[in-house]
Amino acid sequence: MKQHDTNQFARHVGLPRLGAEGQAKIISGHVMVIGLGGLGAAAGLYLASSGVGFLTINDFDRIDATNLPRQILFRAGDVGEYKTEVTRSALQAVNPALEIVALNQRLDEKELLQTTDNVRVVLDCTDNFASRMLINRICHERRTPLISGAAIRFEGQVAVFRHDKSGMPCYSCLYTDRDDNLENCAGQGILAPVAGTIGCMMATEALKVLTGLCSDLERKVWIYDGLAGTSQTIAIAKRPDCPVCRPDRPGQEY
Amino acid sequence: MIRIRVEFFAMLREHAGRANEDIETDAGTAAELYAELSGRHSFPAIGSMKVAINQEFADLDSRLADGDAVVFIPPVAGG
Repeated sequence: MKQHDTNQFARHVGLPRLGAEGQAKIISGHVMVIGLGGLGAAAGLYLASSGVGFLTINDFDRIDATNLPRQILFRAGDVGEYKTEVTRSALQAVNPALEIVALNQRLDEKELLQTTDNVRVVLDCTDNFASRMLINRICHERRTPLISGAAIRFEGQVAVFRHDKSGMPCYSCLYTDRDDNLENCAGQGILAPVAGTIGCMMATEALKVLTGLCSDLERKVWIYDGLAGTSQTIAIAKRPDCPVCRPDRPGQEY
Repeated sequence: MIRIRVEFFAMLREHAGRANEDIETDAGTAAELYAELSGRHSFPAIGSMKVAINQEFADLDSRLADGDAVVFIPPVAGG
């Protein structure tokens, strides 16, 4: 592991609930960020600046001019470049001690299972339900905590799915394959900082998982209405018939 | 007739032009309530709309009870 300048994190260490011990967990933490759009940019930036030691980042797209307002790691001159490569250099500049694996491809189920090996927390920053369903399944199979965030128009949602704990609801307890018919940011539009708000919430939840701080969002979704300027949390019940985490599904024993 | 407190979230708030509404209804389920509100506020088709009853996600065919607080939540998958 590369050497981190621990003095840099004095404001984290000064938090009684976190301390030097918590910061050490952040520095030894391995987080995977899937999707380097508006959510992944904000979340990735804060994870890197907070001292996370290992990041696996994944996207297969090139940067488009319409990405720039909300995908804040990219500059005008980066248009046409691969998101993974520009993200890698941007995060490395913020935290030179960070070790990054950049996966510049669309990952299938098998590859996702391989690349999540040793990952402590996964952040789902993708832009479609099919990917979200797949990532949830893989995280459940691996028993890896999943931070799920989504944003569109003026609104967003964040939830923490603790696949590493028994009896917790998962993404598929809330959304099903029937939901796979919605438009993305290109179809509906999104206010740039709303994506950042959700990405920052995701980074906060990821750091809490790494440092062992518990969260109300482990059984709830935080929903944000940016236009009204309000938010609320809604509880998710574990579905007895969930196709992913129902207790009688083969291989569910903990 | 039951009394329901409906809260309008995100795009539905825009359609309804208000944050919430107390209504007396014969709707038996959340889906029936949505249909009734759609007629008045030109809501989008129910599609993949989620519903929370008393701050917990519920099925659209869940039965409503007098005094329930209901909020319909448009699903979000963008990144």
